[in-house]
Amino acid sequence: MVLSNKTKAVLLGPLNKNNPIIVQVLGICSALAVTSKLEPSLVMAVAVTLVTAFGNVIISLLRKTIPNRIRIIVQLVVVAALVTIVSEVLKAYVYDVNKQLSVFVGLIVTNCILMGRLEAFALGNGPWPSFLDGIGNGLGYGWILVVVGFFRELLGSGTLLGHQVIPQFMYDAGYVNNGLMMLAPMALILVAVIIWVHRSRNRELYEQTN
Amino acid sequence: MDAISLIVRSIFVDNMIFAYFLGMCSFLAVSKNVKTAVGLGIAVTFVLVITLPVNYLLENYVLKQGALAWLGEEYATVDLSVFSLLIFIAIIASIVQLVEMIIERFSPSLYASLGIFLPLIAVNCSILGGSLFMQQREFVNVGMATAYGFGSGIGWLLAIVGLAAIREKLEYSHVPKPLKGLGITFIITALMAIGFMSFSGINI
Repeated sequence: MVLSNKTKAVLLGPLNKNNPIIVQVLGICSALAVTSKLEPSLVMAVAVTLVTAFGNVIISLLRKTIPNRIRIIVQLVVVAALVTIVSEVLKAYVYDVNKQLSVFVGLIVTNCILMGRLEAFALGNGPWPSFLDGIGNGLGYGWILVVVGFFRELLGSGTLLGHQVIPQFMYDAGYVNNGLMMLAPMALILVAVIIWVHRSRNRELYEQTN
Repeated sequence: MDAISLIVRSIFVDNMIFAYFLGMCSFLAVSKNVKTAVGLGIAVTFVLVITLPVNYLLENYVLKQGALAWLGEEYATVDLSVFSLLIFIAIIASIVQLVEMIIERFSPSLYASLGIFLPLIAVNCSILGGSLFMQQREFVNVGMATAYGFGSGIGWLLAIVGLAAIREKLEYSHVPKPLKGLGITFIITALMAIGFMSFSGINI
């Protein structure tokens, strides 16, 4: 299938120049809280992508019938219904991960990416572009989560997806896991480092004030 | 006594921002100057103090398994907890709408300066997060739930005012270009979080 330039921009923009986390500053909370291991990061990325995509489609279909004054409540109810479905599916198939994510599955409802995209895109565009926009933003959010989760699990506990990757002789030689990586502040610092690298490569994103 | 220790714990030890990262989006976006930060912090505290007891009552008398027992024997096994997310968010959204109208009526200047962020309180993760933590921790009565809401709100207020004060000072410092704005804010938040970690493990 050949995509037109505009569709391509909608789908791929959020992966880089228009990334929800490091450029639009949306959806930070969950990005930081669930990334102490790689597995919950992956599950969260998939869950958010699905909810964003289908939430966008539903709101886009309803956009001409929603009264403007109560649109936020309508959007929240649609999203909450989708998240309830996702959370029940997670409980049924990956119970352990669901336990680790605890309240953060429920908090997908208030993930700013959803509301941000619904307000900024789905209310003014048709269902198909909205779907692509949702997928794009979900993936843009996802790759940051996966990168942060990868480094935190690798450096913090020496494992990836629960498998030991740092060999035993390293530990025998005196290598120690960096416990600080498992704690909350390091997630912030890792995201800051990603922002640093990303902005040095895209000079037009520099901000003028502190 | 329990209530006071719960409040202190939720301000310092289980701080919404530094321990759980809840409400980060508006935390980062509205922390450019202290005055607006104080306004938003108060609004968040206010909404938390109202929504938590309401959601607590709903949780314990409508949603939880066996919560409907007061209606009669045949309802004792009904479990509506699947709907808790939907109900919580609907309550929060409508209360935020109410707060917005009240602030618009009584303090137009605060309304103007909070601007588009007021409706965003509805999607501020710390509000829904408060309700979800309340559900998870199973507080003994409404009073405790309210105390928890108050403490979390004050903790959030403290965090955002602190960050805003630091960012005002930061105007005059030389930050590496790619880190300007968002990047340095993340690092400051991380350092503040490390500071707050010294409270963890304290039993009050």
